[in-house]
Amino acid sequence: MDKVRAGFIPLTDAALLIAAREKSFAKDAGINLELAREISWANIRDRMAVGHFDIAHMLAPMPVAAAIGLSPVPVEILAPMALGLGGNAVTVSTSLHELLRENGYDGSLDPGIAGKSLARLIGRRRDRNLPDLIFGVVHPYSSHSYDLRYWLSACGIDPEKDLQIVILPPSFMPDALSRGNIDGYCVGEPWNTASVASGAGAILTTKSRLWQSSPEKVLGVSKRFATAYPELLDRIICSLVNAAIWCADSENHAELAEILSRTEYLDHSAKIILPALSGNIATTGEQRIQDSDFFITFNRAANFPWRSHALWYYSQMVRSGQASFCPENVELAAASFAPDLFRRAVSQMEIAVPAANSKVEGALITATAVGAGKNILYLGPDGFFDGVLFDPDKIEEYIRSQSPRE
Amino acid sequence: MSVSNLSVLVVDENKIRAAIIEAGLREAGYERVEVVGETFGLIRNIEQISPDVIVIDLENPNRDLLESMFQLSRSVKRPIAMFVDQSDQASIEAAVEAGVSAYIVDGLTKERVKPILDMAISRFNAFARMSRELQDARDELAGRRMIDAAKTILMNAKNIDEEEAYKLLRKTAMNQNRKIADIAQSLVTAEKLMNDK
Repeated sequence: MDKVRAGFIPLTDAALLIAAREKSFAKDAGINLELAREISWANIRDRMAVGHFDIAHMLAPMPVAAAIGLSPVPVEILAPMALGLGGNAVTVSTSLHELLRENGYDGSLDPGIAGKSLARLIGRRRDRNLPDLIFGVVHPYSSHSYDLRYWLSACGIDPEKDLQIVILPPSFMPDALSRGNIDGYCVGEPWNTASVASGAGAILTTKSRLWQSSPEKVLGVSKRFATAYPELLDRIICSLVNAAIWCADSENHAELAEILSRTEYLDHSAKIILPALSGNIATTGEQRIQDSDFFITFNRAANFPWRSHALWYYSQMVRSGQASFCPENVELAAASFAPDLFRRAVSQMEIAVPAANSKVEGALITATAVGAGKNILYLGPDGFFDGVLFDPDKIEEYIRSQSPRE
Repeated sequence: MSVSNLSVLVVDENKIRAAIIEAGLREAGYERVEVVGETFGLIRNIEQISPDVIVIDLENPNRDLLESMFQLSRSVKRPIAMFVDQSDQASIEAAVEAGVSAYIVDGLTKERVKPILDMAISRFNAFARMSRELQDARDELAGRRMIDAAKTILMNAKNIDEEEAYKLLRKTAMNQNRKIADIAQSLVTAEKLMNDK
């Protein structure tokens, strides 16, 4: 048995790592997978930097940020696998939800309609000299932050001027919302469902609606470890893919929710965890949706680390002023996602793997069959809600088109 | 500016440990030391204090928030880097091992700040050792109470004296390769089950 040490944050999308341990996929691959729960992403990064963790549950932009030197601690991280697609939502306080309904929001969870009503409300609040609305996200280098800012900007709201965006730990969000410290947030599950269940909040839209089939968490691997133990890394990836297949089966959702609910993992009621897995989600006290795309653990190449995803994050780092644009950074950002390592690891498995390393994000309007070796793979839809495409080969143009116009 | 002029902010929800760090810094001649415990208001505190060095425990859920502030020029006037010297891998390792992390404003020399980090590391380690010893002492006390209870059970059941009861426990523990306290625990549990009506 090879001992592998992994860090995770208590969130529903740590499911693959937890299932790999609890359902013996790791053990069957000869791996003693040790899981350590952490309280901050900074800890995950630092413990990887000093060698406490070989692998970790990570925000997808973290390896990109580390690669281009944005990390306060020097560490080289590779993402040879994604831990699923989607899984987040935007939740607002019930009082803000009511105000949005009065300003044209129709309860459809459509990001365009919700965003327009928010823009209208912000305009009216400004006319009356009311204080800025405050939204929470979990980390400066997170999908939550980039998705939220992208959505606001596309709806004519300046995320830096028209409201305040603050950082809070995921588990603090429901509390901060119910106390009125914040008006809304973008966070992973179970922290949206938790606020709906307590009556403090309503889900306004989902990540699966802002950007379909979009990246969220990755398997972060220290480069040192990936280089020293390639064969072990292959086995880790295979066991996590097997866990992903198990997690994707609706017959296993109740059991998975129970496992995740345990004290050593999320330490939260299984009833609150299950909705994100089944896609049957209460968005308000009265409304439920059935969204099978909410959190995708295996289908649609959900475990493939697309370089176009890494580059989209980089484009948003430049857009928000965190990083500067240069060709070297483009290369470093792209190289932090390692699709070749994923392909090597699963080459003996009977699963379909994309032949390309990048795709034009938003080009697939419906689920589309693509050739992938001897198998057929369904990809997409992978569009942004505003219909704008992201072509990683034209990243500079893309960034320029997003710069604020004078 | 003398060494003691550096202002240090200690962010720690553990009040005892925060007090130990604060005392250590004051003893070392740092007079401008502030301690912040609670989550809300952290940003305001940092804006007001404008510290040169921030020491934060790794169990603190606010590290991500803290790091995000360093990017916002409007929150913190001066850029802050992490650890005394990024290339000093040994320092980083010792700090993470001890459960502490430090951030410093850009431009401070390593020599001026290293003593602060070293002090924090050694006090964090001392605190962890103290907590461990306290826990061991508690366990030992609980074990001793359990053995006393088991002795009483044996003395009553077998009509033997205290010394014989203890010998019996010790012999059983040796034969089963277990701790005396564990044997005592089993006996007390069994007795509870038998007498539970």
